[in-house]
Amino acid sequence: MSAIIQTSDLRFSYPAAEGVTPVVLDGVSLSIEEGSFVAVLGHNGCGKSTLAKHMNAILLPSGGTVYVDGIDTADDSRLLDIRRAVGMVFQNPDNQIVANVVEEDVAFAPENLGVPPAEIRQRVDDALKAVNMYDHREHAPHLLSGGQKQRVAIAGVIAMRPRCIVLDEPTAMLDPIGRKDVLRTIKELNRTRGVTVVLITHHMDEAAQADRLIVMAKGRVVADGAPKAVFSRVEELRKVGLTVPQTTQLLWELRQAGYDVPLDALSDEECAQALYSLLMKNPPVTA
Amino acid sequence: MQPIIETKQLTHTYSAGTPFEHTALDSVDFCAYPGEYLGIIGHTGSGKSTLIQHLNALLRPTSGTVLFQDTDIWSDPKITKRTRFQVGLVFQYPEYQLFEETVYKDISFGPKNMGLDDKEIDRRVRSAAYFVGLRDDHLEKSPFELSGGQKRRVAIAGVIAMEPKVLILDEPTAGLDPEGVESILGNIREYHQAHNATVILVSHSMEEVARSVDRLVAVNDGKIPFQGPPREVFRHGDELEQMGLGVPQLTRVFHRLRAMGVDIDPSVYTLDQAKAAILEKLGKGAV
Amino acid sequence: MALKDITLGQYFPGNSPVHRLDPRTKLICVVLYIVALFLAAWFVTYAVMLAVLAGSIYLSKVPVKSVFRGLKPVLFIVVFTAVLNLFYTPGDTVLAQFWVFTITLEGVWRAFFMVVRIMMLISGTFLLTYTTSPILLTDGLESLLGPLKMVRVPVHELAMMMSIALRFIPTLIEETDKIMSAQRARGADFESGNLIQRAKALLPLLVPLFISAFRRADELATAMECRCYHGGEGRTRLRQLKYKAADYVTLFLFLAITVGVGVLGHFGL
Repeated sequence: MSAIIQTSDLRFSYPAAEGVTPVVLDGVSLSIEEGSFVAVLGHNGCGKSTLAKHMNAILLPSGGTVYVDGIDTADDSRLLDIRRAVGMVFQNPDNQIVANVVEEDVAFAPENLGVPPAEIRQRVDDALKAVNMYDHREHAPHLLSGGQKQRVAIAGVIAMRPRCIVLDEPTAMLDPIGRKDVLRTIKELNRTRGVTVVLITHHMDEAAQADRLIVMAKGRVVADGAPKAVFSRVEELRKVGLTVPQTTQLLWELRQAGYDVPLDALSDEECAQALYSLLMKNPPVTA
Repeated sequence: MQPIIETKQLTHTYSAGTPFEHTALDSVDFCAYPGEYLGIIGHTGSGKSTLIQHLNALLRPTSGTVLFQDTDIWSDPKITKRTRFQVGLVFQYPEYQLFEETVYKDISFGPKNMGLDDKEIDRRVRSAAYFVGLRDDHLEKSPFELSGGQKRRVAIAGVIAMEPKVLILDEPTAGLDPEGVESILGNIREYHQAHNATVILVSHSMEEVARSVDRLVAVNDGKIPFQGPPREVFRHGDELEQMGLGVPQLTRVFHRLRAMGVDIDPSVYTLDQAKAAILEKLGKGAV
Repeated sequence: MALKDITLGQYFPGNSPVHRLDPRTKLICVVLYIVALFLAAWFVTYAVMLAVLAGSIYLSKVPVKSVFRGLKPVLFIVVFTAVLNLFYTPGDTVLAQFWVFTITLEGVWRAFFMVVRIMMLISGTFLLTYTTSPILLTDGLESLLGPLKMVRVPVHELAMMMSIALRFIPTLIEETDKIMSAQRARGADFESGNLIQRAKALLPLLVPLFISAFRRADELATAMECRCYHGGEGRTRLRQLKYKAADYVTLFLFLAITVGVGVLGHFGL
């Protein structure tokens, strides 16, 4: 597999007024494989959003390099190619919808790219179907729910036909139904269309659904691997101010109490299974 | 016990007489008791926001009454105004309502509108700031220099400074990371204990509500289908799921365990309860 | 007071012959209509114009009531111009005179036609916004003003600004509503007091609103850049504007009427 995004020793600090330059990214080296579903987890201010903004040249590194689809993001002349390859979806759906009709908004990116009208039509319909919003194509965005708006925003990015989508806390402002819909959409895009997905989040349950989980703290990558493996490092995660899913937490506590349970039972099903085997191994004595 | 605030057959219809007519609340009987920590759960559009805006007289009932300490809050304009101070309401994303030059001035906006003297205002501002964990040197700063989480604290302090007998918070932890969530919930709990105030927490995060409140009220389709202690409400797992709410993760795990034939109480909803329940089972086994 | 209840954009969705016209046709016709209104001089020409307006309203199927309702907010201006014309038109036939005011027969006629003209002008332009969605209107304007790009008028940017403004008006109204409720919950009073007190009471509303608008603008700009926006150059459109037979007929009709009214008006009819 080839890497769609490659950062090496990426450093970034915002220019500060009072002499102290807060370091936001402190040497991040990552390689995002084409077609993968990667979640980046960390608490506010850990640098995860800043990292996301480097993935399509909204920000340029203060040190180190970022390559997108083989192009150095510092290369100004290839900016459009970079942005076409990696689409971005942001937290607030209201602030990324440009037009006042859903389909017009989805058409925005292809229009900018100079795609012929007939093909724009095709791409718009296709993108709206992909996020399950085709029936709403003639609606005004402000009348949609948060989750629907966010899916329109995703369609707006899909219409560019990008190879990768980076989503910066796309569900932070949504209710549970909206969150579920958006997450399902993202997973489907990854699975059926092979779009690489980078999901920035602080929701443990969302991160658990990715193929690969990267945990960030203080501008560095502190853990990187399959979600099951990462979440079983309960203590390390706690140290950087993160909690783990309640299932893992419960198993960890039982383990602390001296019982032999696996820590990588993440889903409800797996956790129940693990508890079941534990209880069966130590059957209650019936009086 | 007499309820401190109560609605009787409360109905609210938006845009009555137009094609957009929509009944958000339908004959709702709701009550909260002095000193109670109450949770309201419901998805977006369920009517929960409309309900809480009636409790502090921001909305006028289409029919039915709202009673605060047994007095109809709309019976006299003076009582209406007083109710707004006695029932404090913190809106969703309250940080967007800050407007003053300094944190101190912003927190004092409410107390000033109450017509208190300067000394009392000063006392209340400082005590409110203390509750939400703001330091003295924050008070003279511009609220716009602060981080997102701190801004939210300022906004919450602005309502706490009115020292309301009933404090309502609409999604106070939305968009915060786990650490931020914990600390805000802790502040609210402290206020609840110190002032023996009634606190109403509105949320769609089951885990969050479950561990804080004494009693839960579920709102759906403008009605209240269930209410009671969290344990009882979570027994309606399937119905809650249908309302787009769901139950805490551990409750789901325990439901599964029970379905597997383990004789265990499926109404646990916190980590401690779950751990205790499993250990108890194992304990019996060890005997 | 719920700000949400105000209907904005005023567009009445429909599929009447007027709705179906190309927005550019409608824009040109409105301009021609306004020119003709100013060329109209006396009963005959005004009658022609009234017939044009009535015919358009009829074809558009927009309720007449709605057209007139649009006149309400401008009533003050209408009355004001009428009074000015009434008192300040010099003439030979003096009808009444008191203090410094003189009312002449010419003044009465002039005031009368002025009122009719303004009302017809406003109804006509409202008919345009009632039957054309804002987005089509912007597209039409951009296309019509296209030639001005030659003289470095930023036509595309202006059109983009207009459509973004249209997109964000409902969002900002909703936000205003929210902030107002939040401040009212802290005891803010927007309804009572004298003018100065009321202006001061608006501060807690306006400051957060402006800050939020800037934040939104900033985020929107980034989002637009991420979707490869780089100005109007090389941009294509999903919706292509095309003149149809009905458009040519309508344009010809309006042109003919304008010339006709101009000629008749010239002879004082």
